[in-house]
Amino acid sequence: MTTPDLNSLRAMIAQHKRYDILFGLVGLLATMVGVVTLVALFVDLIMDGYPRLTATFFSSFPSRHPEEAGILSSWVGSILVMITTALAAIPMGVGAAIYLEEYAPKNWITDIIEINVTNLAGVPSIIYGLLALGLFVYILDFGQSILTAGLTLGLLILPVIIVATRESLRAIPIAIREAAYALGATRWQLVSDHLLHYSSGGIMTGIIIGMARAIGETAPIITIGALTFIAFLPPAPFTIDPSTDMPAGLFDWLFSPFTVLPIQMFNWVSRPQVEFQLNAAATGVVIIIATLFMNSLAIWLRYRIRKNIKW
Amino acid sequence: MDNSRTATVDIAMNPQTHRLSEKKLRKAKEKFIEGVLFLCAFSAVATTVAIVAILLYEAASFFEHVSIVEFLTNTQWTPLFENPQFGVMPLVSGTLVVAGVALAVAVPIGVIVAIYLSEFAPHKVRETVKPFLELLEGVPTVVYGYFALLFVTPMLQTFMPELPGFNMLGAGIVMGVMIVPYVSSVSEDAMRAVPMSLREGSYAMGATRFQTAVNVVFPAAISGVLAAFILGISRAIGETMVVAVAAGTQPNLTWDPTESAATITSYIVQVALGDLPHGSIGYQSIFAVGLVLVLMTLGFNILGHLLRRKFREAY
Amino acid sequence: MSNHTHPVVGSLKAETRNFNFFYGSNHALKNINLPVGDRKVTALIGPSGCGKSTLLRSFNRMHDLYPGNRYEGDIQLYPDNVNMISHGVDPIEVRMRVAMVFQKPNPFPKSIFDNVAYGLRVRGEKNKGVIADRVEEALKGAALWNEAKDRLNDLAFNLSGGQQQRLCIARALAADPEILLFDEPTSALDPIATASIEQLVAELKQKVTILIVTHNMQQAARISDYTAFMYLGELIEFGPTDDLFVTPKVKQTEDYITGRFG
Repeated sequence: MTTPDLNSLRAMIAQHKRYDILFGLVGLLATMVGVVTLVALFVDLIMDGYPRLTATFFSSFPSRHPEEAGILSSWVGSILVMITTALAAIPMGVGAAIYLEEYAPKNWITDIIEINVTNLAGVPSIIYGLLALGLFVYILDFGQSILTAGLTLGLLILPVIIVATRESLRAIPIAIREAAYALGATRWQLVSDHLLHYSSGGIMTGIIIGMARAIGETAPIITIGALTFIAFLPPAPFTIDPSTDMPAGLFDWLFSPFTVLPIQMFNWVSRPQVEFQLNAAATGVVIIIATLFMNSLAIWLRYRIRKNIKW
Repeated sequence: MDNSRTATVDIAMNPQTHRLSEKKLRKAKEKFIEGVLFLCAFSAVATTVAIVAILLYEAASFFEHVSIVEFLTNTQWTPLFENPQFGVMPLVSGTLVVAGVALAVAVPIGVIVAIYLSEFAPHKVRETVKPFLELLEGVPTVVYGYFALLFVTPMLQTFMPELPGFNMLGAGIVMGVMIVPYVSSVSEDAMRAVPMSLREGSYAMGATRFQTAVNVVFPAAISGVLAAFILGISRAIGETMVVAVAAGTQPNLTWDPTESAATITSYIVQVALGDLPHGSIGYQSIFAVGLVLVLMTLGFNILGHLLRRKFREAY
Repeated sequence: MSNHTHPVVGSLKAETRNFNFFYGSNHALKNINLPVGDRKVTALIGPSGCGKSTLLRSFNRMHDLYPGNRYEGDIQLYPDNVNMISHGVDPIEVRMRVAMVFQKPNPFPKSIFDNVAYGLRVRGEKNKGVIADRVEEALKGAALWNEAKDRLNDLAFNLSGGQQQRLCIARALAADPEILLFDEPTSALDPIATASIEQLVAELKQKVTILIVTHNMQQAARISDYTAFMYLGELIEFGPTDDLFVTPKVKQTEDYITGRFG
């Protein structure tokens, strides 16, 4: 190649490489938009809400006076709803995943189940609220209760748990299954003695991500008509109800009206008074810390599993 | 565990029958467990059926009072007024405008992020950034709503003084940022599925990273990237809290994002917040618009999954 | 044309001098001294894992794409007499001058025409007439023109495996390279497609220097002027193909070509 040719070639390459550098910067910038948003969001919330985050904020009921209002009923409600959700979704989700991964024959029923799991993951959460309103609240007559909310969120996160469990089951090599069968294990013995143990980390990750999603979900719970002004706690088992003088049953709390953190936040953010919006910010900080903590835990757990898997 | 002791006794008495009955018992137990697991899996089908049944049932009562033609062609939605109007168009327009703004934000940023992470970013940057994007996906939507109403809209108002406090622009922008991680992760998956041999073919011709990314990787991953767009649209359409907090509650047939308007989802929230009696036309109306929402998202989801499957098959 | 010569191959196009290559800490190529004759076909043979593909991919710096790889020594390109692997030389410039055809055909998800035009477009060529002419020329050079001329806008995936590989050769030719690298180009093809590629290689050496890795000794014997036998990362023997196959000087070469191992 002659020298002038080579020089023009080099000039052109230099020109093209400028786009590489430019795009590298643009890409980094675009990626930072996401990260910066997360940070800006958090800083904004903390700045607004920090002054309200006192012990009394956690131990007070909502109130007409913003400075007296607190999130006692909503954080208790959130925890109770989460317990109900976990009890509904974990066994059902893990069971469904085990069936689809280890038992399901290749036939049209399995195909239909698979399609439904995929589709349910894409159904907007508010539609689950409509389902719950029609089915749990009115047809089954559970009312606007913790049970209704827990079951609704349970259905909502079912696909998350199913998908995560299936993925971690699928990652277990066939050799392990063959080894167990060769020792005379039945299918269920294989599942319960081996597969569930080896995949527990991945299942845990899915459960945590699902629960983190459920704790922040607002739309379906609003849709079932959950009240937003709740100045009492659900009855603890065996405590005496002053109005009837009777001890509460073990499961009475399940049927109690309730509120949860995101609903409390929504309620306050929609008020025009700035003081209530500060309460909303403080509630937002609590929700964000809870979800970020759970999601980081899940991400960390998944990272650790990937590192530790030897097969 | 407990029956091991009885087992030894049994075997001592009559080994043959014992072994048979234990086998039968074990088989029955296995069958029972399989049945329970099947029911768990079948719950997915049951949920879908229940959703469809409830929506259709309540919507059917709604359409006894309102003709489908009116529903689709009337340009006003005032179901709670004395002289109610039931045209779904204003809700659909609000939904589409917010989704449009969201996509205008999410698609370019999401695709650039995907190309950057898949083709440009050093390993370390990718491993650091991806968990952050995942965390961003986990932030509850009601918090994003707060952000739209009390952070982004005031910021927009500094250079758009006429912008109302509730508007679709701010809600759409925040929703866009919210779905960036989703669009970018689906697109990045598609790009990483492009075989290395294609990239090598391009680099071997003397192409730069940018040329390879734009001319070879992106077109090869195009169906996956389209799937990301479409699944992103479906998310934006079904998203509730951001619009319920920040976009306003007045049904408004407009395509101007700087106005305030209700969406399908924010209408449902608004009705649910009120105290509508079970069985009233207002109560039924949320199921009717819910049905519209399901049909819209279902259409987009099916299209998205078909495209996604196409890119999975290609390589 | 070149004033750089070699006692065996005569006029040189390229040459490796004390060339070493490392995958991280793995010393994959050891002190390779290989002359590449100008407009000759040089074959690299040897058992799997001997480093023949690694050496080939050093010639257009494909190893730069992956972190942790390191070159040492020289690969001289003539007549410029520059060391292509030195830090000052841009790998992109090297790849524009040294094209490559891969083991498996890897057409881009584009039309036949756009595949062949890719190298020109990468070089910033905008003139449609020039592009069309060069595409036709390259397709003719790769003996694909007659089959492809009526379907230039078809997706390249619709071609057969052998046609796809010839398309990849046309793609490489369109950019007018000085050296063409072939990495086992027929290993994924049937015998008929293989024969047509081999014939093509024989024609192409009129214009361009060819370096070919092959697993198939008969193929090396059929199409190459010079053959290098490699084993465990070292160049064991180099010579005119006829000499190397008929009277190998080194025991390992003899063992390999007589089928005693490999």
